[in-house]
Amino acid sequence: MTLDDLPVSESATVTAIGGTRALRLRLMEMGLVPGTQIDKLRVAPLGDPVELRVRSGRLSVRRHEARAIEVSQ
Amino acid sequence: MRRIVLAGNPNTGKSTLFNRLTGGSARVGNYPGITVSPYEGKLVLPSGEATLVDLPGTYSLTARSLEEQLAVDVIDGRGDHSVPDLVVLCADATNLVRNLYVLLQVQEFGRNVIVALTMLDEAGGAAPDAVALRGALGCRVLPVNPRTGEGVEALKTAIEQAIDQPRPEPLWRFEPSPDLQVAMTDMQEATGFGRGAALWALLSVGDDDLEGISDEGRAVAARVTDRFDDEVVEGRYRWLDANIAPLLADDASDEVHASTDRLDRILLHPVLGFGIFLALMTVLFQGLFTWSDPFIGLIESGFGWLAGTVLSVTGPTLLGSFLADGLVGGVGSVLVFLPQIMLLFLLLSLMEDTGYMARVAYLMDRVMKPLGLHGRAFVPMLSGFACAVPAIMATRTMERKRDRFLTMMIIPLMTCSARLPVYTLIIAALFPAGRVLGIFPTRGLMMTGMYLFSVVIALIAGFVMSRTLLPAPPSPLVLELPPYRLPRLIDVWRQTWRGTQHFLKDAGGIILLAAVVMWGALTFPRIDPTEVVGLGEDAVAAAQLEQSIAGRMGHAIEPVIRPVGWDWKIGVGMIGAFAAREVFISTLGEVYALGGDVDEADVTLREHMKAEIKADGKPVWSPLVGLSVMVFIALGAQCTSTLAVLKRETKTWRWPAFLFVWMTVLAYVASLAVYQGGLALGFS
Repeated sequence: MTLDDLPVSESATVTAIGGTRALRLRLMEMGLVPGTQIDKLRVAPLGDPVELRVRSGRLSVRRHEARAIEVSQ
Repeated sequence: MRRIVLAGNPNTGKSTLFNRLTGGSARVGNYPGITVSPYEGKLVLPSGEATLVDLPGTYSLTARSLEEQLAVDVIDGRGDHSVPDLVVLCADATNLVRNLYVLLQVQEFGRNVIVALTMLDEAGGAAPDAVALRGALGCRVLPVNPRTGEGVEALKTAIEQAIDQPRPEPLWRFEPSPDLQVAMTDMQEATGFGRGAALWALLSVGDDDLEGISDEGRAVAARVTDRFDDEVVEGRYRWLDANIAPLLADDASDEVHASTDRLDRILLHPVLGFGIFLALMTVLFQGLFTWSDPFIGLIESGFGWLAGTVLSVTGPTLLGSFLADGLVGGVGSVLVFLPQIMLLFLLLSLMEDTGYMARVAYLMDRVMKPLGLHGRAFVPMLSGFACAVPAIMATRTMERKRDRFLTMMIIPLMTCSARLPVYTLIIAALFPAGRVLGIFPTRGLMMTGMYLFSVVIALIAGFVMSRTLLPAPPSPLVLELPPYRLPRLIDVWRQTWRGTQHFLKDAGGIILLAAVVMWGALTFPRIDPTEVVGLGEDAVAAAQLEQSIAGRMGHAIEPVIRPVGWDWKIGVGMIGAFAAREVFISTLGEVYALGGDVDEADVTLREHMKAEIKADGKPVWSPLVGLSVMVFIALGAQCTSTLAVLKRETKTWRWPAFLFVWMTVLAYVASLAVYQGGLALGFS
């Protein structure tokens, strides 16, 4: 499943990153490489973007980008 | 001069450290042709001075855009940049693995590096041991607290010891696969780059707007495309996870972020958080309007007094008029922006330094997305409702050039405070004070209508431009939400002052020049004194104005402005308004021989407007004409200061010229549609 399908306040492990090359590189360089543990913390009031906990930092990505991140629980 | 580069992720205390090391001697480095220039300052060492270059905060050296390329150009010593003698990498101890990713890239270039480890007080028990870290990283690690200054002297000593060391061999943390080895060798041959730069190019080139990459290099990159992205990024992180992560205490993140998480539960709450956000934005917006108002009034009356004093010394001579109305008035028209600019930069720096700005981007991203913009565009756009000049300067907080330019093209359409006096005058003079449906005051409703009109037009314009003139792939939002931190007032003040200096130095001259030119257009050619013998002072001024270049232009453009319902006197007012919109009122006052001191609340001016009649005996100022004037004021690019600051921010005249032409055409067409449409519907 993708990160977009992951319910809020659940944790998962990144298995693959898709999307365009620029997006993939950006996500991976920000620490979202396969094998990384992430928590989906919350969704913004207007429904987009979502906030994640990644490697002791807080990142926010749009749902469109979240659909490019494959995770497994 | 020896060069030291200060690099690192955003939100690591890097700017504070820079200010500590340079003692606030920072200046914008002068690199022609780029809009984002790094700051440079002097660092005094026992062995002599060195230049310290403050790079924009960056998570990685990989680049797609020209702005992102700056970091790698400075570190690699490409183009106009010489090879740095030392790189000081600022790293946040609370998020060390990701912060050190860019260090590995720097080490691949074979640079002398010192790590300045910050935020140790926040990391608390999770803080890594500097000695162990030094062993793992193979470079000095200095604990520093930029806020208190603790460790800064030790860092300076370490810099002194390291700066004259020979450059180390490039340090690679992963073994490139045979295929990658071949590709790097090909890239080196094609570009003349070193190994580190060759790897950088393999990951960066492709669908980019980078400079200085040879066609042969592009061909190599195109051949391999993204084949090595995973290998390289995962290789670096694998090393970090194996060698750095074990040095950190487990569960560090929860401890560090506990207070931030508690705050975010409130500030990002779907209802409460959004309410607080709206309240804060109201304060910001109202603040720009009302708090700056007394200062603006003070500056205006101060310069008014100065102009009066000058005139009382020189008498009503041409020189006196030039000094008082041209020069003193011109300087005043520059300084009158300072209260709003300083206030906006103060509020922006506060939001940036506390970490709230990232939350604004997070909360408002959904609203900005249809324009292909990030949530970061929201605050500059909101500021545009107070004044476009500081708002355009505020777009500096945006990373992507295309996003900045699009935002700068939309901001001048927002209903700024200079339009309000014109609206007030016309609505009060031409529209009855009744109520619609017995509840809503007509005049208030019209004012609200003008605001809505500007927002709708701005959104449509932004939507069209984001698909035609400034197209871009929707840029992915990967936004860090940094921990909340107390801002240091000295840093906030420095940022505010820097912004103010930019405005004064670069835009101030153009605004002053425009004011003097406009004075000339209203003053020359001089009227023959014998023709106006016996007339009162205001009547002479009116005759002089009609005689002037601006007055003649008002007559000359009559064929063009008649279809929008204006006579030549309104035309002269509009020409005056190209200096600044509120000048419309004082110019109109002069044309009507009421003197130039009238303002929007002036009853005589309102009565005079109502009494003006055309040759056929009908009033000049019908409500329809008033609407046509207001629409032109709403959409026209009538503000030399906006154009001047746009020139300063884009470093070319192309964008201000484009803005001027398209907004003026839009304004004319819209006024024409309103007036002719109104006539067709039977209004007069």
